[in-house]
Amino acid sequence: MFIKTTLAATTAAVTIMGTACYAGPEAEVLHYWTSGGEAKSVAVLQKEFADNGGTWTDMPVAGGGGDAAMTALRARVLSGNAPTAVQLKGPAIQEWYEEGVLADISSVAEANGWADVLPANIAGHMKCEGTWCAAPVNVHRVDWIWASADILKANGIALPTTWDEFNAAADKLQAAGITPLAHGGQAWQDATVFEAVALGVGGSDFYKKAFVELDDATLTSDAMVAVFDQMRKMRGYVDPNFSGRDWNLATAMVMNGEAAFQIMGDWAKGEFMAAGKVPGEDFLCISTPGDGFLYNVDSFAMFDVDGADKKAGQDLLAKLVVGQNFQKTFNLNKGSIPARTDVDLADFDSCAHLSASDMAASNEGGSLLPSYAHGMALRGAQSGAITDVVTAHFNSDMSSADAVAMLSKAIKNSM
Amino acid sequence: MTKWFEKQIPKIVLAPSFIAILLFVYGFIVWTGWVSLTRSRLLPKYDIVGFIQYDRLFDSPRWDTAMSNLFIFGVLFIVISMLLGLLIAILLDQKIRVEGVLRTIYLYPMALSLIVTGTAWKWILNPGLGIQSVMNDWGFENFKFDWLINPDYAIYTVVIAGVWQASGFVMALFLAGLRSVDDEVIKAARVDGIPTTRIYTAIILPSMAPIFLSAFIVLAHLAIKSFDLVIALTGGGPGYATDLPATYMYALAFSRGDIGQAASSAMVMMMVVFAIVVPYLYSELRAKND
Repeated sequence: MFIKTTLAATTAAVTIMGTACYAGPEAEVLHYWTSGGEAKSVAVLQKEFADNGGTWTDMPVAGGGGDAAMTALRARVLSGNAPTAVQLKGPAIQEWYEEGVLADISSVAEANGWADVLPANIAGHMKCEGTWCAAPVNVHRVDWIWASADILKANGIALPTTWDEFNAAADKLQAAGITPLAHGGQAWQDATVFEAVALGVGGSDFYKKAFVELDDATLTSDAMVAVFDQMRKMRGYVDPNFSGRDWNLATAMVMNGEAAFQIMGDWAKGEFMAAGKVPGEDFLCISTPGDGFLYNVDSFAMFDVDGADKKAGQDLLAKLVVGQNFQKTFNLNKGSIPARTDVDLADFDSCAHLSASDMAASNEGGSLLPSYAHGMALRGAQSGAITDVVTAHFNSDMSSADAVAMLSKAIKNSM
Repeated sequence: MTKWFEKQIPKIVLAPSFIAILLFVYGFIVWTGWVSLTRSRLLPKYDIVGFIQYDRLFDSPRWDTAMSNLFIFGVLFIVISMLLGLLIAILLDQKIRVEGVLRTIYLYPMALSLIVTGTAWKWILNPGLGIQSVMNDWGFENFKFDWLINPDYAIYTVVIAGVWQASGFVMALFLAGLRSVDDEVIKAARVDGIPTTRIYTAIILPSMAPIFLSAFIVLAHLAIKSFDLVIALTGGGPGYATDLPATYMYALAFSRGDIGQAASSAMVMMMVVFAIVVPYLYSELRAKND
């Protein structure tokens, strides 16, 4: 009897506390940063959140490059119990907004002057019909070439600044019996090389028209044929065992002197760093030939939640994520650069400095562009349709003209 | 009252599972069918717009590849597994020594998960690691076996791994069938001086017809559901050369946020299964009624 009464009393007390008392900022964060370096990066945010009096509920969902996390998110939203913040990026943010489930964090954004410190293009991704609905975490650059310093030195090759130079260097290496391009034959890696080639061969206006606006005339233009022609050349530069190889194994080939170049985003830098290699000495970084900067920005989208403590948690999280301190520590861990432009980069390496200065320059020149291969430029159905064509062309003997015709058809079919 | 209760008890006991199956199997088939008629993208929507998703599906070259792969894989997987399984079963049936050990060895692949099979064969078939590299190291410089990375042949590597996994199981089915044939008949045939091959083709195999049918049904649905084997072995690649309908559906639903399209591909897959299972059920039920 006594136990029963106590139990009832406790339950009542808890219920009252839960409804009436303000327990401080609370945030439940759904993300897929689960691998070593990533988990360390997110722990930085967790600690900062706790230091500011918040209660963080971690909801990491590993697997499938975020697919598993998105499935979990779908289930949570459909059951009417969305997490406070979710790692989302690119047009997926607006897609969720259209489902009517995102919150408005404009007050935080305005109080902290986000518009002044974020590049305009990147800020655009964080807005839903004029209101702020997401907070950017970092900027990954996608159009990088990572090169083995030893191989280039031994063969007397300079870093290529045009695709012709790249082809000449690759031909020379191949004649010397060295694999020119370390590549993994997975659809997204094919797409990563493809978009770098498209930006370089076609130029930034071409890229924007083709992969942001999906302009049919551009998609079927001669420039697109030239892009596929260069892709056919790239196919000749990879080793025979590339099928299905993971990107980090391709990075290891460059690291171990088995291959000269890799075209991959700057998460590859993390692999070099983890192996104790020094940028500029052991490995070299240069943007892929051509003007422009393809970005892949991770961000937290804020979902509509009930309760003052959750709303406070959301605001606090948004403020911290874009704060100077977090942007610096997080990106030092992750290999990317801060999304805000006023962070002191003294502790960052030379590749990050190059990335930051190129970002500023291309922002001025209008060639700061979203990566299509990493879901920044298009919605899933359209970017998937392009990737299907790219990977089908890369892995067969399809002609460039056929690929262009297939591309235009695939885009129409995906609408 | 108790009599009535006793009479009703089977129904009451069966009711929960009946309701669960009605809801979770047939209910969700209807739900998927409904969603396949809508323009659902990220989340399901319920405004019916007609057969647009099916138009898109049949227009997609990737789906064509997936369906023709299913056909190639299904036919070869079923036929080879059954022939190989039958052959091993007949050989094991010759009253040999250590039959128990051999039987276990052949059946063992079935105990492995398809993911393990796929990963192991991925290494064996990789030209830089597996058979080709070993043969080259042994001095056969020109030996080439690169099906795994050749888009035209990659689907056959899935067949190889699938057959390796399933033929032992088929062998067990057939061995049980061979043993269930009446010994007296066979002895009588022997006495009459009928050759062994004739005994098999004219007496034993015909009397095993139901076993063939069960083996076929089991293998057919394994083939249509195949997903993990492809994911582990080729990841659908090179390109999407080894995509199957199940991997296509997964990609559309979970990676690309195109639920309507995924639902339509699921419906087509279900119709393929029905095309195989319904004639079977029909013949089974008719046989009982006769």
